[in-house]
Amino acid sequence: MKDEALLAQMDSIIARYPKSRSAIMPLLHLVQASEGFVTPEGVELVAKKLDLATAEVAAVATFYSQYKRRPVGDYHVGVCTNTLCAVMGGDAIFSGLKDHLGIGNDERTSDGKVSLEHIECNAACDYAPVVMVNWEFFDNQTVESAKELVDKLRSGNPPAPTRGPNTLPTWKENSAVLAGISDGRANEGVQAGPASLAGLEIAHERGEA
Amino acid sequence: MTSLKPVLSKHWNETDSFTIAGYQRNGGYEGMKKALALEPDAVIASVKDSGLRGRGGAGFPTGMKWSFIPQGDGKPHYLVVNADESEPGTCKDMPLLLANPHSLVEGMIIASYAIRANHAFVYIRGEVTHVIRRMQQAVADAYAAGYLGKNINGKGYDLDLIVHVGAGAYICGEETALLDSLEGFRGQPRLRPPFPAIAGLYACPTVVNNVESIASVPSIFTHGVEWFQSMGTEKSKGFTLYSLSGHVKRPGQYEAPLGITLRELLDMSGGIREGHTIKFWTPGGSSTPIFTSEHLDVPLDYEGVGAAGSMLGTKALQIFDETTCVVRAVLRWTEFYKHESCGKCTPCREGTWWLVQILKDLENGVGKAEDLDKLLDLCDNILGRSFCALGDGATSPITSSIHYFRDEYLAHLSAGKCPFDPVASTLFVGASA
Repeated sequence: MKDEALLAQMDSIIARYPKSRSAIMPLLHLVQASEGFVTPEGVELVAKKLDLATAEVAAVATFYSQYKRRPVGDYHVGVCTNTLCAVMGGDAIFSGLKDHLGIGNDERTSDGKVSLEHIECNAACDYAPVVMVNWEFFDNQTVESAKELVDKLRSGNPPAPTRGPNTLPTWKENSAVLAGISDGRANEGVQAGPASLAGLEIAHERGEA
Repeated sequence: MTSLKPVLSKHWNETDSFTIAGYQRNGGYEGMKKALALEPDAVIASVKDSGLRGRGGAGFPTGMKWSFIPQGDGKPHYLVVNADESEPGTCKDMPLLLANPHSLVEGMIIASYAIRANHAFVYIRGEVTHVIRRMQQAVADAYAAGYLGKNINGKGYDLDLIVHVGAGAYICGEETALLDSLEGFRGQPRLRPPFPAIAGLYACPTVVNNVESIASVPSIFTHGVEWFQSMGTEKSKGFTLYSLSGHVKRPGQYEAPLGITLRELLDMSGGIREGHTIKFWTPGGSSTPIFTSEHLDVPLDYEGVGAAGSMLGTKALQIFDETTCVVRAVLRWTEFYKHESCGKCTPCREGTWWLVQILKDLENGVGKAEDLDKLLDLCDNILGRSFCALGDGATSPITSSIHYFRDEYLAHLSAGKCPFDPVASTLFVGASA
């Protein structure tokens, strides 16, 4: 994983910050974009780039739940089971997906396509119950719609997110975006979902906007 | 009767609202031009006079926070915007940045100019890829337009804006943990004082503000201080985003002057889902003590909610109807705090662990009545004794739910199990799912 392009991207990320150590988080996202997860080699490379001990980088990598220490699927599925989503159907969706996929929390299907995780509140409560795939929004899910979603992911026909790009990127592709490498897709997708517009629409109906 | 007042959300129904062209068509960056024509201290004075207070939860006056930055100290100053929106129930900043990221960019330019910062950061949670794309693109477009970089708008002022992406840690919404994270460390809170205004990012004077606070700043300069002051209540000025979620007919974002009530919001949005009644709700996320149907007329401003025994918080109105088990709801929130506790201090790290064990037994009907007192005693030893507000927040749902729903806790014990059917509270009850 020491190809020239990757090293050049690392240098450009480090150059954004007044102090190099601040680049540690985007560099770890970039390692995931290259390797799929934070590998020991990735930790060493980040440490070398930032002139840190590997233990210092590993300490950071293990603190944050988005950094994975083993491979996830091409499509990493997160089901919100924080209170509001859980009550409104998130618990049923999560247990339904575990049964349907035959895997548990933080596990991956044998074909390597899909991994499953229960996640905390993802700031989309007005679209509950919420499912994220590669950290793209799939709003207003049911047990059936979520099963259909993962079936499509496994069969290679990933549907578009509700509020996101026109097609669903892979885990590695989206990890690059998180590292700050533009994929040029910011203009795709809706500007706002229906719930985001609820108040504005009512204000118009009432002559208050 | 309070009306809705879309300001930040006014143009979210336009399909290009997130582009620089769409933003400028509706007057975007005019506030920046007016602010940059003033002296920095005059900008701070205007924001102070407007009465704008922090929209991230604490409600600290924004202009006053800016005025704490020492001037002429020879050190770099920094603006850091907290876009780590992760408080359960809170869902306002992400749709704002998805639909209108330039309002934040413009606000950041004004704020940075006021506090004499040449570097500004926005720390966005990492689990929202498309929001991050929109923010990155907005920053790139603002650079291209000459609103960021060197000699902004020909005014001789330089500013670099860096989009920094988190990696899944609620604690990084705590401002000092956020700064540690941004410096490249594990996100753990710092002892205060010194406050960030004196020793923040890289031990330099730093302002940390919430997304909505900063995105509200341009409107003060476009429409004027008096316009802003004309909305809201005596000590809670202006407009804000209320986020309605849960068992309501029409969940979503409702922008209104501060002081609107939940009854008013429910009346205009169609109310609770058909055939059901409200049981409990949060005024501002899971860390704010819960309310019940008794509190529908509490003015949702900083003072009103405080006087009624909770906090305005993030204005995340999570509504639960009578099908919801309050013990299950509180257990799940408590599991969240346990998971997100950073481990730095003992009361929070160990306390949240014990809270979960006891609540699990209670929910499963195998606890004891004395467990309620034990829970309250534990909460008493966490609240005010933890290193940061995460520990305090963890106690809010527990103490408030025992206050209002002690009988429901006890009903679990007499039934030997949870007396609620979880299917009844789902949105797809009655469907084949």
